[in-house]
Amino acid sequence: MDNRPREIVVISGKGGTGKTSISASLAYLSKDCIVADCDVDAADLYLLLKPISIEKHDFYSGHIAEINQDKCTGCGTCKSLCRFDAIKEDSNSKFRVEPTSCEGCRVCVEFCPEKAIDFPERLCGEWMKSETRVGFMVHAKLGIAAENSGKLVSLIRGEARKLAQEQGKNLIIIDGPPGVGCPVIASVTGATDVLVVTEPTLSGIHDLERVLSLANHFRIKSLVCINKFDLNPEMSEKIENTAKDLGAKVIGKIRYDNLVTKAQIEAKTIVELNIPSSQDIIDMWEKLKSN
Amino acid sequence: MTIAVASGKGGTGKTTIATNLALVAAERYGYVTLLDCDVEEPNSHIFIKGQKVKEEVVNVKVPEVDESVCIECGACSDFCQYNAIVSLKGKPVVFKEMCHSCGGCSLVCQPKAIHEVDHRIGMINFYSAGKINLIYGLLDVGSPLSPPLISTVKKYESKNALNIIDAPPGTSCPVIEAIKDADFVILATEPTPFGLNDLILAVEVSRKLNKKFAVAINRVGSGDDRVHKYCKEENILIILEIPDDRKIAELYSNGKTIFENLPEYRKSFEEALTKIDGVIQNG
Repeated sequence: MDNRPREIVVISGKGGTGKTSISASLAYLSKDCIVADCDVDAADLYLLLKPISIEKHDFYSGHIAEINQDKCTGCGTCKSLCRFDAIKEDSNSKFRVEPTSCEGCRVCVEFCPEKAIDFPERLCGEWMKSETRVGFMVHAKLGIAAENSGKLVSLIRGEARKLAQEQGKNLIIIDGPPGVGCPVIASVTGATDVLVVTEPTLSGIHDLERVLSLANHFRIKSLVCINKFDLNPEMSEKIENTAKDLGAKVIGKIRYDNLVTKAQIEAKTIVELNIPSSQDIIDMWEKLKSN
Repeated sequence: MTIAVASGKGGTGKTTIATNLALVAAERYGYVTLLDCDVEEPNSHIFIKGQKVKEEVVNVKVPEVDESVCIECGACSDFCQYNAIVSLKGKPVVFKEMCHSCGGCSLVCQPKAIHEVDHRIGMINFYSAGKINLIYGLLDVGSPLSPPLISTVKKYESKNALNIIDAPPGTSCPVIEAIKDADFVILATEPTPFGLNDLILAVEVSRKLNKKFAVAINRVGSGDDRVHKYCKEENILIILEIPDDRKIAELYSNGKTIFENLPEYRKSFEEALTKIDGVIQNG
């Protein structure tokens, strides 16, 4: 356990606070880490790091029910048992499965008296191992309207850990998803640190409280970064107090800097551009290394 | 009629759009229901302040095994697709957080040793704010599955008035649950590479669900014209543009709405609602 790499998961609760821009900058400053994009719903890190895939794998997860129309007698057993309202009746009084509603529970398959329901594996997306200018990256693309982002997140973290071991890296930086639900839980469980990126808004504080409670629930050390702290200094002060109350430490304050968008447009990390906010991130990185 | 405000990327203004549209609709129709389905991080109540009317605990069904009846056959754990019921030395153990409440284990249990019990996942808060009826779901921290809570919030849609749904970000199960029954979806984005990348995903989801949709662009002026170009190429209607204005950001940070505080932007929200009306009426 002792030589397990440090795994810093960048999360936020509220979306759009700067997780990806900050994760990419930290990875760039480290130059000696494995980076992983666990925001599989809306993966954006690749836009900054321009990965070149060295491996690509299909991601199958769970199953999906498919009714064989030739065998279906229209008895409706499937529809009466489905708890997800995923079975629809067709005009020819036969039944079909609505793929976006099916959760692959197998109840209809098991209880169809005609054995008319197939249960193939479900292709939910793909995941990649890639090279970037900051090192190796593990990332994924979840299929459109696909399920099981939590499982995909767990897979990516597992692969990132394997890669860290192979490459002898002691640090994994993870760009996490927003929220506090399934993919976030899958991103943080068993990690060494979470870095919560928040912003000085009432919504930001509200969501920070929830995400720090989540980290406490799973007993993970939490650090906080206030992005655009000078947008509302009074609110930033409240954040510092909220963080302290919830046992977290504010280790970074990044100023409001509209040149951050320029970095995104140029497909660069913030720290690669000499803009005012770069120094704030460098300062945070120094603290992060020793915390 | 239900309008859902969604986005691939978080922080692009879903709540800003949902709350301001609710204010416009309240003025125009005299009554509107705002359903905050971003149950992991609901924020609408920060902007629409009202009186709490009631709250409701939301439970899902999870299995409970009567060990005196269980014959340790393992049928339940073999059946479960989610590893929510696992046989340890023959004895079934339930992991409530993993359970999708499909009811399969109790159906396959021959000796009928499994019955279902309530397991709390969150709550719903009901607020009355003048002409706005605000209903928001709040997922318990540590509870992973938001779709059952979102679906419960949606049960309170008003049958004879306009509903506005503030949806969660992303492209997977929670978003689909929030928007799948809506008559119209607004996809919020911003004019940046991340904004465009995630907008394209959200458009694909909306198309897969056969939804009528349009785009709202937030912080116009902060990035470039790639989102505008994309919408033009794809023939997607842009129904609302919110400029990159520090005044708006400051209002937002203090939990204040644009509609009530910056009259110069009222018109754009009013026009957006009119355009949506038109699209829904005329197909």
